[in-house]
Amino acid sequence: MNSISTHDLRLSIGQRILVQGLDWTAQAGECWSIIGRNGAGKSTLLRTLAGLQRPNGGSVQVNGRAVADWPLTELARERAFLAQSRHDAFAYTVLESVLSARHPYHANRYWEGSDDHQAALLALASMEVDDLAARDVRTLSGGERQRVAIAALLAQQTPLLLLDEPANALDLAHQVSVMGLLARLCREQNRTVVMIGHDLNLASRISTHALLLMGDGRWTAGPNDQIMRPALLGDYLGHPIDMIEHEGRRIFIPKEGSA
Amino acid sequence: MQASVPPLRQRATLIVGAMLAFSIATLLFAGMTGSIRVPLDEIPDALRQLASGQPDSLSASLLELRVSRALVAFATGGGLALAGLMMQALLRNPLADPYVLGVSSGASVGALLALLLMASTLMVDAAALAGAIGVAVLLYLLARRDLRSGQAAEGGASMLLLTGVIVSALCSSVVTLMLSIAPEGRLRSMIFWLIGDLAGAPLRLLPWLILAGCLLYAMRNARAMNMVALHAENAVTLGVRVGALRKGLFFVSALLTASAVTSAGSIGFVGLIVPHACRFAFGPDHRVLIPAVVLAGGAFLVLCDTLARTIIAPQQLPVGAITAMIGAPVFLYQLHRLRK
Repeated sequence: MNSISTHDLRLSIGQRILVQGLDWTAQAGECWSIIGRNGAGKSTLLRTLAGLQRPNGGSVQVNGRAVADWPLTELARERAFLAQSRHDAFAYTVLESVLSARHPYHANRYWEGSDDHQAALLALASMEVDDLAARDVRTLSGGERQRVAIAALLAQQTPLLLLDEPANALDLAHQVSVMGLLARLCREQNRTVVMIGHDLNLASRISTHALLLMGDGRWTAGPNDQIMRPALLGDYLGHPIDMIEHEGRRIFIPKEGSA
Repeated sequence: MQASVPPLRQRATLIVGAMLAFSIATLLFAGMTGSIRVPLDEIPDALRQLASGQPDSLSASLLELRVSRALVAFATGGGLALAGLMMQALLRNPLADPYVLGVSSGASVGALLALLLMASTLMVDAAALAGAIGVAVLLYLLARRDLRSGQAAEGGASMLLLTGVIVSALCSSVVTLMLSIAPEGRLRSMIFWLIGDLAGAPLRLLPWLILAGCLLYAMRNARAMNMVALHAENAVTLGVRVGALRKGLFFVSALLTASAVTSAGSIGFVGLIVPHACRFAFGPDHRVLIPAVVLAGGAFLVLCDTLARTIIAPQQLPVGAITAMIGAPVFLYQLHRLRK
């Protein structure tokens, strides 16, 4: 079963401790939101989970095996990572950029096969960017580029998805549809999603679990109904938060500032 | 939805085939052109004589002379273009060239020092090689952490770039110093070396072996180069060993550059223009670009050298003067188009 877990994880930047003693597990079918203030270590944590960065202490396991012990290609068939931002230096086409996500499946082939093209086109269609396939990635709008990047992530076809602010730059309709898609992947295909987001309402609707980071080592993790509470969220986000019920949904709104 | 597989392979074969034919045509053109023309109908006979090792006729000896010089030009141009392409992928910067990190400046320091001390041609070559390798090793030691770690902080490659530019500036100032204290008699040979000159460059096997080896390395890593060009550090999450690839690209392109400048001096613009022009024409996919760039770079330098020795014959120009003269306007045009 796909899972990702940390054991006694410690992350720090310079002298500052971001996360301390994190023992945490995300199981198959769970969708986790990582929530915290700017600079609380959300991206650092996600990059460490992805194996892009070594922890300052403790360890990360994917399917019970330490990340450092996985062969890179095998690991790339288990987990995919969406970076927070990207810089395109060369004029690759949208299709080429999505096909690049098929790299871990190519072994030693020089050219992609038709199965790779099939996967890439399906992923493009699911993100509604199939009409952009021949476009130069540098000419896309921010939101289009983000959807292409998510399409690449989907084309990698991994059980474990790590996303750093997937809703970044997306318009309202695509925020909802992308998040809905991620929730479906967890529910119907038993995949594991771990994502960073700033929209509490999207997070509470889509996620099954939440991990709060304080940025000074403290953290809180658990299922939504325990974590997504106004007092706790307000504490972690540094601003008082109100919750209202609307048609059976919980809506979080920041309280009006008194200053 | 139909899964139409674009015929990438056929397209690549077509491009490389056409470039190969063009390259051979430039070699023949270089063999025919000069103060005494070799007519086309004498070429097959002359080639037959060359193949049997008995160049008796005038055509055959002219062809031997010119084609061997053209072959030096080809290996030099192809090597510089490939080195430029690798440097651009390594730094994720389409404006990088083989000289940006100062490998050629190191070669210049070595070669000019040898020329200043009136050393033999062989010593000049050896000193150039030593200078190039010295700078490459120095750079590697300085920027090792950024190169090695796939998980380097963002902009790891730009640290390397900055270090290279500074080392290059240092070498350039040493070159200027040597030029200013050099006696009149030696200035001309020093200047010609700096511009890049193929006259008198002997045809050797080693540059071709180096080019072949580096081409093989590049082709084997073409897909990984695409990954790094697209995703930078994050290519690790797609299974690419970014640290090892960066180290490889750095050393292989330094080796190619050292080999090219050692035999022909620091010829400018080939390593920048050719990868650029090919990327415009064929797209950024390294699997097509790598062979295309080697052939285009080789053919370009063969044509430039043929021009250099015929344009104001009997006087011979250094080929470096011609490449920059053709290269600079093309480069400006492309920059302009990039901005639009």
